[in-house]
Amino acid sequence: MENRFDMQFISLSENEALARAVVSAFIMEIDPTIEWLSEIKTAVSEAVTNAIVHAYPEDLGTVCLSGKLIGNTVYITVEDFGVGIADVEKAREPLFTGRPDEERSGLGFSIMESFSDDITVTSTLGVGTCVTLKKIFPASEGKTNNG
Amino acid sequence: MYNLERSGENLIIRISGELDHHTASLVKEETDKSLTEEIKNIIFDFSSLIFMDSSGIGFLMARYKKISEKGGMAVIVSPTPQVKRILEMSGIMTIIKIAPDMKKAQKMIKR
Repeated sequence: MENRFDMQFISLSENEALARAVVSAFIMEIDPTIEWLSEIKTAVSEAVTNAIVHAYPEDLGTVCLSGKLIGNTVYITVEDFGVGIADVEKAREPLFTGRPDEERSGLGFSIMESFSDDITVTSTLGVGTCVTLKKIFPASEGKTNNG
Repeated sequence: MYNLERSGENLIIRISGELDHHTASLVKEETDKSLTEEIKNIIFDFSSLIFMDSSGIGFLMARYKKISEKGGMAVIVSPTPQVKRILEMSGIMTIIKIAPDMKKAQKMIKR
């Protein structure tokens, strides 16, 4: 099974739910368990929220969300063209937040890492950030499809 | 969706649907307005909350900080499995307890 999608939206927080809904709908094709779906949905929510909160501090900007399904592996990419991350390794530390003035828990990357099989983060200051989550769908999972 | 209810010294915050960065920003202003002098404790009713990400943890921590400064307590009622998993991952359950229902939550606070 191969499938892909690409979409863009502006960095409004209302679009966090949109991103989750799109990824959930995309994933339904492989008939995941509720738990597996919940994990990828949460990881995507974290990545999209990071882009919305951090990428464009002065204004709104574009967030790109794309997905690929290749065999039993899902890749979800969240990309922005914003300020970038000065120190990616530091940003990935648990409890670190670039917005201590807001009510941020600093757990976004920890949750992404826990709920994905692999995560790659590339960022350039002044250019933007790209986060790709990889999640493998185990062959033994999946509900019986009676539909 | 959310609603707020005062019950003696307790503020009951019911949030249904999804608690993410967007919904947390909507709820927090009204919640903080309701944290008057008389309110000592918060009960978060999550029995109808089907999704929460780490923004929900930030929301909980900030509300907890406000009432813990007054010596108060916070309890979460009946989180769903996804929500409970995020709570466990964050370690927040060491300071905000879980109750299976509202009655037990109110008893925990009275103790």
